[in-house]
Amino acid sequence: MSAEAQIRNYILENYLFTDDQSALDSGDSFLDKGILDSTGILEVIYFLEDEFSIKVEDTEMVPENLDSVNNIVAFIGRKSQ
Amino acid sequence: MQSFSERYEAEVLNFDREQAAEHICETMRELLRSKLRKRGLVVAVSGGIDSSVSAALAVRAIGPKKCFFMQLPEVDSAEDTQSRSSQLIQHLGVESTQHNIASTLEAIGCYDARDEAIKKTFPEYTDGWKNKIVIKGGIDGQVNHFMLVVQDPSGNLQEKRLDLREYLQIVAATNYKQRIRKTIEYYHADRLNYAVVGTPNRLEYDQGFFVKNGDGSADVKPIAHLYKTQVYALAKHLGLPDSICDAIPTTDTYSLPQGQDEFYFALPYQEMDKALWAHNHGATAEELAEMLGISEDQAKFVKQDIDNKRKTTHYLHAKPYLIDPIAELNL
Repeated sequence: MSAEAQIRNYILENYLFTDDQSALDSGDSFLDKGILDSTGILEVIYFLEDEFSIKVEDTEMVPENLDSVNNIVAFIGRKSQ
Repeated sequence: MQSFSERYEAEVLNFDREQAAEHICETMRELLRSKLRKRGLVVAVSGGIDSSVSAALAVRAIGPKKCFFMQLPEVDSAEDTQSRSSQLIQHLGVESTQHNIASTLEAIGCYDARDEAIKKTFPEYTDGWKNKIVIKGGIDGQVNHFMLVVQDPSGNLQEKRLDLREYLQIVAATNYKQRIRKTIEYYHADRLNYAVVGTPNRLEYDQGFFVKNGDGSADVKPIAHLYKTQVYALAKHLGLPDSICDAIPTTDTYSLPQGQDEFYFALPYQEMDKALWAHNHGATAEELAEMLGISEDQAKFVKQDIDNKRKTTHYLHAKPYLIDPIAELNL
């Protein structure tokens, strides 16, 4: 499964309680759309560190890296380089 | 046109203290009479500014004989907060009880659950060490996250970022403190047929700095509309002892001294009051930056943090949601 699909499915299952892929656009801002609050973002960080074996540094905990599926995919891509 | 700083001074700092106190007291009497239908008020006094002012207003509203105060310390309560609450009780001349909740917290597993989570971050943590949680991120535009600070018996401090699971467990465990206190407050309220006074100021109430079914639970919250700076001003106006009027706000929940701004708010309360007021009155990031003497980026992050906290803590204020309303209850 691609990283994008993994992250999308994680958000759909755990925050939107659905498997309907149309419920989430990969560009949707989690915070603006009210999908995640700041505790939710911390849960996503926990998921990413566990699932993708990365360490998210304090300075990387910014919306530009974590606030949408697309942002996370790009962030993980940069971390894996 | 007046600047935001000038307006803040005129509208918040120079508010009419006597009128504010009288408005609160009259409203409390009216609520007791027509909504709550209770004979008096119970207040848990911590020695902090908010519970002290709430207690003094309760006494002013209905007299000392219709009030009952409680001191509810536990092992992490600071000694000076206890001596201040004793001073307040004496000053106001109200009947009171002291109930140390440490053995209840011990029995329910509060300290064990907290220490288990701390040891996952600092395995060497043991009896005699102290701890606190510190918030990071808000003013730097980062997602708010939490650092665990521990101090060994010789005074050495260490700090590490808390993993989410450990953070949630520590907070869940320490929330027992507020919830056990509230259980005791309602015991006395039920016994006396009194109502329970909740003591948040506006900053705490607006930003969700309280424990649901803990300190957030009450029948009336007399100072929830007042900025913290105004609560301090009211303390002086009501003639409370200097030790209370000058007290620095702490959470009094963790064993290391912990300011509220360390644990929850992006800035110390004086600045947070200004930020909240200015944000509520439509100040731009540029105007807030000028008011607080911080950068425009930081001001933008503070405004975002205020909005984020409102969203994150909305459920703390909410009544339980029903699937269908029960119209007959008229709630």
